[in-house]
Amino acid sequence: MPNNKEFVKFAKVDKSYDGKVLVVKDLNLDIAEGEFITMLGPSGSGKTTCLMMLAGFETPTNGEIYLDGNPISNIPPHKRGIGMVFQNYALFPHMTVYENLAFPLRVRKIPKDEIDKKVDKALSMVSLAGYESRMPGQLSGGQQQRVAVARALVFDPSVVLMDEPLGALDKNLRESMQYEIKHIHESIGVTVVYVTHDQGEALTMSNRIAVFNDGKVQQLSSPDKLYEEPVNSFVAEFIGENNTFSGQVTDISGGKCKVKLDSGSEIMSNPIRVNSKGEKTIVSLRPERAIINPENNMENKHKGKIEEVIYHGDHTRVRLNLLGNKEFILKVPNSSARMDIKVGNEIAVGWDSRDARALDPK
Amino acid sequence: MSSETQKILTTDGIPLEISLKKAEKKNKIKAFLLVAPLLLFIIITYIFPIGEMFTRSIDDRMVTNMLPKTFKAMETWDGKELPPEEVFAAFLSDYRALAEKKEHGKLGQRLNKEKNGFNTILKKLWRKMKKFEDGNTKEQIMAVHKRFRDVKYWQAIKRTAPPYTMGKYLKGMDMYYDEDGKVVQVEEDRRIHRILWLRTLEIAVVVTILCFLMGYPIAHLLATLPMKYSNLLMICVLLPFWTSLLVRTASWMILLQQQGIVNDFFVMIGLVADDNRPEMMYNKTGTYIAMTQILLPFMVLPLYSVMKTISPSLMRAGKSLGGTPFVAFWKVYFPLTIPGIGAGCLLVFILAIGYYITPALVGGASGTLISNQIAYHMKETLDWSFASAMGLMLLTGVLVVYWIYNKLVGIDNIKLG
Repeated sequence: MPNNKEFVKFAKVDKSYDGKVLVVKDLNLDIAEGEFITMLGPSGSGKTTCLMMLAGFETPTNGEIYLDGNPISNIPPHKRGIGMVFQNYALFPHMTVYENLAFPLRVRKIPKDEIDKKVDKALSMVSLAGYESRMPGQLSGGQQQRVAVARALVFDPSVVLMDEPLGALDKNLRESMQYEIKHIHESIGVTVVYVTHDQGEALTMSNRIAVFNDGKVQQLSSPDKLYEEPVNSFVAEFIGENNTFSGQVTDISGGKCKVKLDSGSEIMSNPIRVNSKGEKTIVSLRPERAIINPENNMENKHKGKIEEVIYHGDHTRVRLNLLGNKEFILKVPNSSARMDIKVGNEIAVGWDSRDARALDPK
Repeated sequence: MSSETQKILTTDGIPLEISLKKAEKKNKIKAFLLVAPLLLFIIITYIFPIGEMFTRSIDDRMVTNMLPKTFKAMETWDGKELPPEEVFAAFLSDYRALAEKKEHGKLGQRLNKEKNGFNTILKKLWRKMKKFEDGNTKEQIMAVHKRFRDVKYWQAIKRTAPPYTMGKYLKGMDMYYDEDGKVVQVEEDRRIHRILWLRTLEIAVVVTILCFLMGYPIAHLLATLPMKYSNLLMICVLLPFWTSLLVRTASWMILLQQQGIVNDFFVMIGLVADDNRPEMMYNKTGTYIAMTQILLPFMVLPLYSVMKTISPSLMRAGKSLGGTPFVAFWKVYFPLTIPGIGAGCLLVFILAIGYYITPALVGGASGTLISNQIAYHMKETLDWSFASAMGLMLLTGVLVVYWIYNKLVGIDNIKLG
């Protein structure tokens, strides 16, 4: 299968509901064929609007959306052939599971025996074979969710949209469904556009993640890059946990920069979004990249006072007062060699300057 | 089986069921006390009047009370040939008692309804019986008039013996007991009630359909429009509720009469000629228009409450799965509104079938309903038992509709709000 890099293409798409505020601003996004892409962002960031424009329930105020090279803004939803899984599943409550799955096939005038085959296949794909005659109301949340996924896939659409499909499930079920959807995607190779505000979900499932904020894509990259190398302070803040120091660049050379913090101390960081001396910056550091009792050759080595110790089972979270940041979080794995971590103790903390990313000030 | 299952005991050794009942008893009493006033009210204002109506509609004790001895004597009479002497004697004694109370005229009128010519012979009997001698009553009475020698007249008396009669119900269906006690229909040109029943049914059905056709889109708009518009629309729907029924009907009269605003407008735009204005009032048209407008909210509100619960994503799902907007509506949205349609139609139909004021004012001769006939008998002829009988027939009709609805759609599916 030739991998079309621009299978779905948002080209300069703007969207406004009231003519005053743009909920989506100049969106340019290419989605490759067979890709699992997630639109991640806080509520009101415009991600669902993008999905609705792709599905055809909203029209772009400006710009165009292309599906496999064809502009689709003027095609009504039922002719786009895009499968969709809704937030509350949107199963037809008056139809059995079989009828729900047969609906997209019947409107396409597919012969009965072929419908039976496709429904069978789709149901066994989500391991719900034998549930054909149940009503949606008789199914658990997870089962309803799987029926919704099967229904969105049963007519072999080229793109499937999922609008926070796991939002209503409890934590354990949500996790197992994440894997299930991921495996289905891998086995049939359909293009999936997934919307969520749950970063864990996005990181687990996607090939690429588009982080939305304020109607714009802040960063579009693979989950590991997104986590390890956030390009701005919003992404750093939104994805995973994050310790921040705000300060001013005092020196920048050789891929490193010196940042003078508001508390007066200086730290070495990795200049990502700063170019020159005197710029304001926020330095971001992942909790797991900070090391307790570091070796002496580390560039950053500071002492902090333990303010709080929170037991989390597999690890312990330690809140420190470090360099004026009272919310500095450390993650300490629970090993048998427990260190002397008690509230009020002072400990030394260090990190590699490459892990401290100097980003834009907010 | 049940004796084998072990009873679960509480820690005190009391069976769980008893313990539970004890615990719940207080709540049950409280709940009952809360509903007691309403229950009492319903019994006094609803159950009791309907029971009273029913007894009144079949009550036929007038003759029974007037001729107690006669009917007692008639118990052994087979009714094929002229009754024996005791019956005649008993009848004379009853009649004399009535004559003393000056109620013999009423008996004559009542029996005349049963058999023509009774009034005359009873009056004759009243005149002659003063000169009657003791004994041999049968001969003396038969001598008064030859009709007393006709067994049919005695049979007519016997027919009035039971304290209850279905005669009023038969009258409501344009039927009656003939002289032989058989149920027969009245002559074709006198079957007014049947026309009224059919017309009532027709108007109720048409009004229900009109309300449905108009109410469905409104309810849909109400359920889907943004809050600020839907509130305004809701007020428009409810406005009729806040206006007196009489005022609304009267304003329809202003609008619809031949020199009324609607007709003026039709003439103005040249739709009709000035000397050929259509009659839109004092006929069925007027009744249809006014009743539909008045009953519309009863259709809109149940529909709205059902549509409000239908998630908009269902229609979207229908469309995204490839259904055209019509298919998505017909296969997904419409079936989900059936409980509301059922409730709305049932409500409107039941209200329409017993509607009174509007048809009375704008209905004219061809637009009046059975309820107007009931009112007529209540107020004009004072035949309350006939009015009660027709009222109960109407109630039975409504219950039948309800029963059919339950069989077809299921009453559990109904959603009134």
